[in-house]
Amino acid sequence: MNCQQTRELVHGYVDGELDLVKSLEIEEHLKSCDACAQTYEQIRGLRSSLTNNALRFEPPSGFERRVRSALRKQDDASAKPSFLRWRWLPAGAALMSALLVLIVVAGMLRRPSSSDVVAQEIVSSHVRSMMASHLLDVESSDQHTVKPWFEGKLDFSPPVKDLKAQGFPLNGGRLDYIGNRPVAVLVYKHGQHPINLFVWPSDGTPMTNQQASVHQGFNLIRWSNEGMSYWVVSDLNLAELQQFVQLLQGQNQAQVGR
Amino acid sequence: MSEQSKVVRFEEIALQHLGAAYSLARWLVHNEHDAEDLVQDAYVRAFKFFGGYYGGDSRAWLLTIVRNTCYTWLQKNRGLVTESIDDNLDEAGLDFADPEALLLQQADSQMVRQALQELPVEFREVVVLREMEGLSYKEIAVIADIPIGTVMSRLKRGRQRLHALLAKRMGKEAKVELSANA
Repeated sequence: MNCQQTRELVHGYVDGELDLVKSLEIEEHLKSCDACAQTYEQIRGLRSSLTNNALRFEPPSGFERRVRSALRKQDDASAKPSFLRWRWLPAGAALMSALLVLIVVAGMLRRPSSSDVVAQEIVSSHVRSMMASHLLDVESSDQHTVKPWFEGKLDFSPPVKDLKAQGFPLNGGRLDYIGNRPVAVLVYKHGQHPINLFVWPSDGTPMTNQQASVHQGFNLIRWSNEGMSYWVVSDLNLAELQQFVQLLQGQNQAQVGR
Repeated sequence: MSEQSKVVRFEEIALQHLGAAYSLARWLVHNEHDAEDLVQDAYVRAFKFFGGYYGGDSRAWLLTIVRNTCYTWLQKNRGLVTESIDDNLDEAGLDFADPEALLLQQADSQMVRQALQELPVEFREVVVLREMEGLSYKEIAVIADIPIGTVMSRLKRGRQRLHALLAKRMGKEAKVELSANA
């Protein structure tokens, strides 16, 4: 062992923390090296000056009693006598029932509306259709192929339009199940973006105004027209999706007007 | 287990280390009143956590809580910044093997106490735990939450600094004596 190693380890040696082999090596070195032997003696001298000088502080008298009483107080606080607990019971019960009311009200406020549920189902269906490559049951850009395909599979006939000339070619259609009923899904594309148009007979008042929303990063637009509910979903930006919807509605209105 | 027996059991285990706890706190915060308050706080905290104590080294367990309570207090009230010690560094120029070998045994208690108080707290605590409480490197490592190798390097640097501080003071005194004799 050389001097540098010895100076690193001599503290462990002084403190009796080295293993036997290392200790013997240090002893061997100290016998032959005066400088390291002197370092060793200095450390020993320093240690004895630290231990011989009564540097340890002794707690003042009565300190143990003080700590004991603090502990007893803590013990009492954490284990209240039962009559104290009874006194707090009505207040606790009142607090609990107030909390319960709050939770129920909050739950009612936070419960998703039915249209939220439908929107969620539509987004899920849209995502699933792309993940499982089950975008289409009938693959055709011809509306006269797609529309008859739904017959016999649905209790309604969805209007099918091709918007190829306007940049939204029809790719086909498939069946899906949304809001506890089978629905028609017409699949369009705009560039690389698939657009799913969900159609089913509306059950309420017509909603000619579009309602746009965003779920999980997908744009959704819903409206109703001529007794049908429409939901369209895509990762397309909202402006282009609105353009798509306007094209669809325009065609419908044109038909109505005719 | 009734509540009464819990506090009795805790006192049996914890109060035997009250002296070590108080001395450590006193060395860390330098003030007897703060040391008393902090040890009492630490004991109450230890009692609250007592459910999580499953035997083992009760002294190291208690001193860890005392030490952490003191450090939190130092950070809050003395602006202590921890992690300021680079344990890879060495104490340059502070070597024990100076030509005039010091007779450190002659250093008086006041001198040693002052020198120790001047050490940064990270060095002071390992010296106090080792020299005054006689704890092993392993126990010190647990209490100060540092690796065992760091315990040795901090002890080494703490001793080097102490030695240098004492050498300076004793050198001054020797000079004063010399000039008085002249």
